[in-house]
Amino acid sequence: MTSLYEEVTQVPDGVPTRRVTITVNGQKRTVDVEPRLLLAHLIRQGLKLTGTHTGCDTTNCGACTVLFDGRPIKSCTMLAVQADGHKVETVEGMGTASELHPIQEGFKEEHGLQCGFCTPGMMLAAKALLEKNPNPTEDEVRWALSGNLCRCTGYQNIVKAVLWAADKMRDQQA
Amino acid sequence: MALDELKIGGMGASRRRVEDNRFIRGKGQYVDDIVLPGMLHMEILRSPVAHARIKSIDTSAAWEVPGVRLVMTGDTMAARNLAWMPTLSYDTQAVLATDKVRFQGQEVAAVIADDPYIAKDAASKIIVEYEQLPAIVNPMQAQDPNSPLIRDDKENQTNNKVFDWEIGDKSATDRAFADADVVSKIQLHYPRSHPSPMETCGSIADFDRATGKLTVYMTSQAPHIVRAAVAMVAELPEHMIRIVSPDLGGGFGNKVPIYPGYVISILASILTEHPVKWVEDKSSNLISTGFGRDVYLQGELALRKDGKILGMRMHTVSDHGAFFADAQPTKFKIGLMHSTFACYDVPAAHLTSEGWYTNKAPGGVAYRCSFRVTEAMFFQERMIHAAADDLGMDQAEFRRVNLVKDDMFPYRTAFGFLTDSGQYQKCLDLGLEAIGYSTFAQEQEEARKRGKLLGLGISTMTEPLGAGNSREYDIIGIKMFDSAELRVHMTGKAILRTGAKTQGQGHETTWAQIVAHELGIPADDIVVEEGDTDTAPFGMGTYASRSTPVAGAAVAMVARKIRAKARKIAAHLLEVSEEDIEWELGRFYVRGNQERGVTIQDCALAAYSNVPDGMEPGLENNAYYDPPNLTWPFAAYICKVEIDPETGVWDVLQFVAVDDCGVRINPLIVEGQIMGGLTEAYAMASMQYITFDEEGNCIGSNYMDYLLPTAWETPGFELYEVVTPCPHHPIGAKGIGECATVGGPAAFVNAVMNALKHTGVRNVDMPLMPNRVYEALQTGKDVSGMPPVKAG
Repeated sequence: MTSLYEEVTQVPDGVPTRRVTITVNGQKRTVDVEPRLLLAHLIRQGLKLTGTHTGCDTTNCGACTVLFDGRPIKSCTMLAVQADGHKVETVEGMGTASELHPIQEGFKEEHGLQCGFCTPGMMLAAKALLEKNPNPTEDEVRWALSGNLCRCTGYQNIVKAVLWAADKMRDQQA
Repeated sequence: MALDELKIGGMGASRRRVEDNRFIRGKGQYVDDIVLPGMLHMEILRSPVAHARIKSIDTSAAWEVPGVRLVMTGDTMAARNLAWMPTLSYDTQAVLATDKVRFQGQEVAAVIADDPYIAKDAASKIIVEYEQLPAIVNPMQAQDPNSPLIRDDKENQTNNKVFDWEIGDKSATDRAFADADVVSKIQLHYPRSHPSPMETCGSIADFDRATGKLTVYMTSQAPHIVRAAVAMVAELPEHMIRIVSPDLGGGFGNKVPIYPGYVISILASILTEHPVKWVEDKSSNLISTGFGRDVYLQGELALRKDGKILGMRMHTVSDHGAFFADAQPTKFKIGLMHSTFACYDVPAAHLTSEGWYTNKAPGGVAYRCSFRVTEAMFFQERMIHAAADDLGMDQAEFRRVNLVKDDMFPYRTAFGFLTDSGQYQKCLDLGLEAIGYSTFAQEQEEARKRGKLLGLGISTMTEPLGAGNSREYDIIGIKMFDSAELRVHMTGKAILRTGAKTQGQGHETTWAQIVAHELGIPADDIVVEEGDTDTAPFGMGTYASRSTPVAGAAVAMVARKIRAKARKIAAHLLEVSEEDIEWELGRFYVRGNQERGVTIQDCALAAYSNVPDGMEPGLENNAYYDPPNLTWPFAAYICKVEIDPETGVWDVLQFVAVDDCGVRINPLIVEGQIMGGLTEAYAMASMQYITFDEEGNCIGSNYMDYLLPTAWETPGFELYEVVTPCPHHPIGAKGIGECATVGGPAAFVNAVMNALKHTGVRNVDMPLMPNRVYEALQTGKDVSGMPPVKAG
């Protein structure tokens, strides 16, 4: 079934828009956007998924990390129109209301977050890693997270959280 | 039976954090996540130059952009007497510039529009004509009598000086130096650094004409101070101002000051009668909001041949930027710099300080630091390192000779602080053992044969955390106490509110643990709220590691008031006199008959259903806590590095941290604070470089240039603990949040300096980037980090 036009982002009169369809957390969303609208802003303001944060605006900090066809990207420097026809996963798609993803559990269990601002991006970067490499070494985790900055934790507990989740996910597979 | 405290999430439990439940689901609510009906968006136009007279501002093209509602300049502000605002250090700061711009990034105009993109478009259409003036980028240049006057707006300001200040006993110190066998000197620059929380600053001002009420959602570590300041500046009645500080994406001192953006958004909301949101981008945050540090430190130690310190002399020259907006206790112009050497037995000391205006953004926020103690302890430990080398003494032995001994407490420092507890030598010994100190010299020798330079650095320090007491500590006249309010409901569940404001420290988790400890109510049955001035009791907020020492103490005290009332209710329920009631965790019982008792939950129910005659119903109370003294945690940080002499790159091979922060409420959270603090210490020591060129352009105005360490660079840390309870804190706790950031940098730098010892280099200024280390290796000379001055 083709998806119907359902949402409009705030666009002033007379400004050209383009219609894009993006699968966000498994749901097809069709939106009219200004061509210059950043994907991060579409996700946050248009789709009201505010778990994706904007930190630095320059692709450095990773607070805006989402999975784009399963690959972690910085949504603050991708245009919404570039996402037309693609799949985007945000933190809101990681677990369900009643059941957390093992990575979410791991972050809580190992005190892998403090202020929580970098956390959604960190968890999504970790998810991409564990889907590719279910049994990473500490160095592999550190490398996979090196596009995401955290000012609070010193990373040690984030790394432990990801390894905790990897263990749990392997157990679930077994 | 008394409850098992760990099972109910009381003191000492590594309870998993309550706040995580929303953050891991992406359900945190930061300022930028809040959307109000009819909300408009604000963009600030900033000065591209560091020092210039504004000749004209043409906003006409901005007004013409469809969707623009309002364009504001200094004139808009001035018409309402808001062009200037007071700072937290009794200076003034421009809100929107009217006469001159005094630093790059200063606020010049603002656009309010339907959408943030439109606001940005319109701001770019404002034409400002500047007449450029020479820029002053460091305090040495500011002192030149021919240098331009930065603060020509201030009456009676004839030069660029902010203050002169001194403390200590000059003549006793002079005598100590006259008696010295050896005098050791050092000169350093603690560079400007930006706290740079992941979330930038922002606000949503919502003025409701119908009710006359102003609500401001904002990124503030101290919402009550903001309410007081807004009441004074905006001349709105205080009961009609509600400041809400929602989830904060980190603070580290950056979110203590009151920024022009907040004030502009408030006036914009009043003028447009719409909610107005302002969220700065990262570059705006980096170039215009509270910097830390930027102090030139020089000093000397008078030493006896056997290593005993006889006296200490120190002079600081600080760069405050264009407005003196330090957030610090009023009495102390250079913060608590005079806490330097507090862990050492120093008979005489003298400190002189001078502060200068420059064409840089306001500095002097306490970046993860109790008001300049980072600079104080960095100077101390670099000085100690140099002095031990000058005496030819072992670094650990020199510290052993001079550290305050366990039996000397309470100990009055030469500058008048009273340190009250600690086991300094025990901490140091534990650290030395963990790093393998006894075999290090041999290891260093062997590495040298392989062409590698190994170094080991020690940093030991105690620092004053938890301002007040209120006799000595105030901010713009408001005394530095803190508060807690506890409401126990009928079913024994409770809500706790405090005047502090968490930014990642985990108050929602740990405050409940204190209540659990005092009352035996399981921590899971207690909800904690902070940050809303309409509901929270008045407090001074969270910075300077003051939450646990002050607000945490208030939490314990209010719980004790609740327990005292519950005891009366218990006596009533058990039909005995109050004197015959005993307490064990979670219940009262009749002395001599432990079986006969009532739980705290029984008492809560009775407080609403069966109170004794003459007693007010309810089980609620509040407490204001004014600490009798600061708390004095101690830390020994020891670092081992290896330098590649071919490149100047240095790697941390091992880092050992021994922290004594007294009783630990939640060990997991304490360790998280230490690791986070050490990472910021590593960042400052290694790469966090934000400086200014000779024109006053900020170098490091984005994360491509201002490097923060990632998971890849950050070393692993080994943590150890020693517990010396604080003698005056109700639960024996001391501050911990900033210890590692304060004491850590010197450990890294001392390690690198130890590796370079054979070259004769005494100092390389932070950050110790490979090019600086390489330069030191090549030239055998010190490397300064002072911003360059324009020739001629």
